[in-house]
Amino acid sequence: MAQPLLSVRDLVVEFPTRRGTLRAIDKVSFDIQEGEVLGMVGESGAGKSITGAAIIGLIEPPGRIAGGEIRLRGERIDNLRPEALRRIRGRRIGMVFQDPLTSLNPLYTVAQQLIETIRTHIDLSEREARARAVALLDRVGIPAAARRIDDYPHHFSGGMRQRVVIALALAAEPELVIADEPTTALDVSVQAQIIDVLKEICAERGAAVMLITHDMGVIAETADRVAVLYAGRLAEIGPVRDVITAAEHPYTRGLMGSIPTLTQTADRLVQIPGSMPRLNAIPQGCAFNPRCPEVFGRCRVERPDPIDRGSRRQVACWLYDTAKAEEAGNV
Amino acid sequence: MSEKTEPNAPRGWLYRAWDSDVSYSFRTSPVAISAGLVAVIIILMAIFAPWLAPYDPYDPSSLDLMDGFTPPMEPNAFTGNVYWLGTDNQGRDIFSTILYGARISLFVGFAAVVFAMVLGIAAGLAAGYRGGWLDSLLMRVADVQLSFPSILIALLIFGVARGFIPPAYRETMAIWVLIVAIGLSDWVQYARVVRGATMVEKNKEYVQAARVIGAHPFKILVRHILPNVMGPVLVIATIGLALAIIAEATLSFLGVGVPPTQPSLGTLIRIGQQYLFSGEWWILLFPAVTLLALALAVNLLGDWLRDALNPRLR
Amino acid sequence: MLAFIIRRVLQSILVMLVVALVSFSLFRFVGDPINSMVGQEASIEDRAALREALGLNDPFLMQFMRFIGNAAQGDFGISYRLQQPVMELILSRLPATLELALVSGVVAFIFGVGFGVYTALRRRGWVSNSIMTLSLIGVSLPTFLIGVLLIWVFAVEFQMLPSFGRGDVVRVGDWWSTGFLTHSGRLSLILPAFTLGLYQMTLIMRLVRAEMLEVLRTDYIKFARARGLTNRAVHFGHALKNTMVPVITITGLQLGSIIAFAIITETVFQWPGVGALFINSVRFVDVPVMAAYLLLIALIFVLINLVVDLLYYVVDPRLRADRAAARH
Repeated sequence: MAQPLLSVRDLVVEFPTRRGTLRAIDKVSFDIQEGEVLGMVGESGAGKSITGAAIIGLIEPPGRIAGGEIRLRGERIDNLRPEALRRIRGRRIGMVFQDPLTSLNPLYTVAQQLIETIRTHIDLSEREARARAVALLDRVGIPAAARRIDDYPHHFSGGMRQRVVIALALAAEPELVIADEPTTALDVSVQAQIIDVLKEICAERGAAVMLITHDMGVIAETADRVAVLYAGRLAEIGPVRDVITAAEHPYTRGLMGSIPTLTQTADRLVQIPGSMPRLNAIPQGCAFNPRCPEVFGRCRVERPDPIDRGSRRQVACWLYDTAKAEEAGNV
Repeated sequence: MSEKTEPNAPRGWLYRAWDSDVSYSFRTSPVAISAGLVAVIIILMAIFAPWLAPYDPYDPSSLDLMDGFTPPMEPNAFTGNVYWLGTDNQGRDIFSTILYGARISLFVGFAAVVFAMVLGIAAGLAAGYRGGWLDSLLMRVADVQLSFPSILIALLIFGVARGFIPPAYRETMAIWVLIVAIGLSDWVQYARVVRGATMVEKNKEYVQAARVIGAHPFKILVRHILPNVMGPVLVIATIGLALAIIAEATLSFLGVGVPPTQPSLGTLIRIGQQYLFSGEWWILLFPAVTLLALALAVNLLGDWLRDALNPRLR
Repeated sequence: MLAFIIRRVLQSILVMLVVALVSFSLFRFVGDPINSMVGQEASIEDRAALREALGLNDPFLMQFMRFIGNAAQGDFGISYRLQQPVMELILSRLPATLELALVSGVVAFIFGVGFGVYTALRRRGWVSNSIMTLSLIGVSLPTFLIGVLLIWVFAVEFQMLPSFGRGDVVRVGDWWSTGFLTHSGRLSLILPAFTLGLYQMTLIMRLVRAEMLEVLRTDYIKFARARGLTNRAVHFGHALKNTMVPVITITGLQLGSIIAFAIITETVFQWPGVGALFINSVRFVDVPVMAAYLLLIALIFVLINLVVDLLYYVVDPRLRADRAAARH
């Protein structure tokens, strides 16, 4: 397989607090291939957004990357000096935030914000940058872009503003776009449109997407692969069709809303009992073990690492540790 | 990013944690401890001034003009009397005068704060609970008043009140007028906080339920709403105390506060300034340092308290 | 927008009427105006005649209207203490106060914003910490004490700067006298201006710092960083501009405070301004001067409030949009 566009290895993010250090991300590894859409799902607090922030180098102090590596086309970016990292942000990795109502500076026109972004990264005259900005707005589906570009953000509706945000994120043609819950704050009726715009325009420019969401429906329609996070750890990752139709990690299965056993599939809606542990109270062994319907001795003692399950698919669950399954059964 | 915020828990637990956080934050803050210490020392010295002070500066018969302008720790040229911190122009012992002056400053400060607090809480409860025209009226007045600095308001109220008081009573009433003036200048913040909390709280089900079973609105307010606003009110009161002390000192310095026969710290500084050029520095220095220490300590305590009670800023 | 302005103007007029009422009551009911005009030896008939001539027997409302009418023309009567027309007294002292307030305000704004931005951007570090500590002391110190201490250090000990008065002044135009044009005038301005400006400076600084920290936490700043804008663009292009919206409002309102606090500074430095005049009028219960000052300061505050509100509309496009919408 070719060198991945983005490669995250054993990423650890910590937040020191008065009551001890919290591990928000604990040894998470995954790749994103060129042009690929990777969905990232999990409950709120599972570490999805922090993973995104870590990649783009914007974890808020006192939080920090405490271990692991992040590589963009093979080049390490997690330890770059701030100025070098800044040049990557926007230019090579773009980011779309959750709330379009608060993502845009209310005191500047859309044109001012777009042109500023373009000219920060690309050597263009004011005029050229403006032409480019208009084209971008047009492309993300703002009607009468040439006229509306001089409006202030509050003149646009929520959905339109998110289109502007997407235009801004893509203004300098990044290779990767991290979209952090891009539709959560929007009206249900425009969610699909925004996802379509994002997907189309990225496909057109060959940009890969890391789509952070808690909405499995969006993932199913949009993503090529999906990564499931639980309590700051990777539970499962694999092609979206496989994960949805045949989830392997018990947590993923619960997340899908149905509980298929290993042998037969019985479709009924079941909520996973309990809730995700707090970061300062993650149990020993597998983080999911107190809620897992198939928990056994080993899960409470030893933490499972991701186990390869076929092509580009991994599951962090002792159920699939064939080599040690018998031994575990005897505990 | 919910990873950073404290997880939710039942209110009882949260309340206790919050409570202990305050004490924790006091124990670990050297600034808070030293400020608290300074404030307590000055307050104790003021309370026990009649026992601690070697002279009674308010008793004209004990004064000897010959003792005037005695430098600290040196015998007076005429009488040979020695005063720790020297004497002022009228031969008053500076140390005693500071003790008594701090007493007046603190008394006026505390009384003004209590007055402002009672007034503000009452106005806030009434405005928040009744709503309607009462609310608009009170908040309009508050808005207008808030756009003026409180020292100016105190000064204006003081001036107007003085105008209405017959000249014969001006001296004896001065302290009470001062308290009312400073209190009236500073009630707005209490009213705003209490009003906000009342408006939130009054629509909650338990308040509605209490109303349905016929509990008196006053009881509801006092039992259920007041405890919720005690934190912010305490912060405002502490900072308000510093402001009131400063306001009293300022008015007295300007010569429109307490009568000159009962000098407060501000009066002493006023006297001290007049003798700066002739070299009698001690009349200014010691009262100034006392006032500075008192105002700074109370302010620091208020600042610390606000941070400790408001976790978002930590 | 128009509705808003009209509402604000009406509100201002209401405030002025209330202040005028207080002023008038003071004027009318404190002491006996006749006594202060004719002295003890006047006969009862003379007094009654004067009372009638002055309209003191007219209905309250009528007297009040007359008071307002006179005040609007700048007629506040004659100072009991100085035996001069009050308006003349105030006008002759107004330039001193306004010059002092102007210099203090400018100094306070420039340093306040500068220090505020610095301490917000470099939150940790000893320079920021010292500025913050000093600012806390600055807020805690009573203004008059700062003035007295400055006099002690710079006028008594080092004898570098004058400790009282305005120095030499130059007359400009009909009634304005300025200290800006002479060396001694400028020197005399330094200590009072610093004293008066220090408190406002610390206030502005703390406000700018708090607002800027707040703005730096917002999503649009995060998004601006995520787009790879330079720190300079993020801090000074985006954060500072958004910080300044509330700061301008409050700084504008502080201008009124500066004029009010001038009372204290003028007393400390024996600055011949309206503030010192007012303090003396309070001390000697010189009612006409008090009443006039009350109205004057209220007028200044109301005007500043109005201007600041309008300024707010100029700065914030969101409010301008409402105006556009309201017009349609």
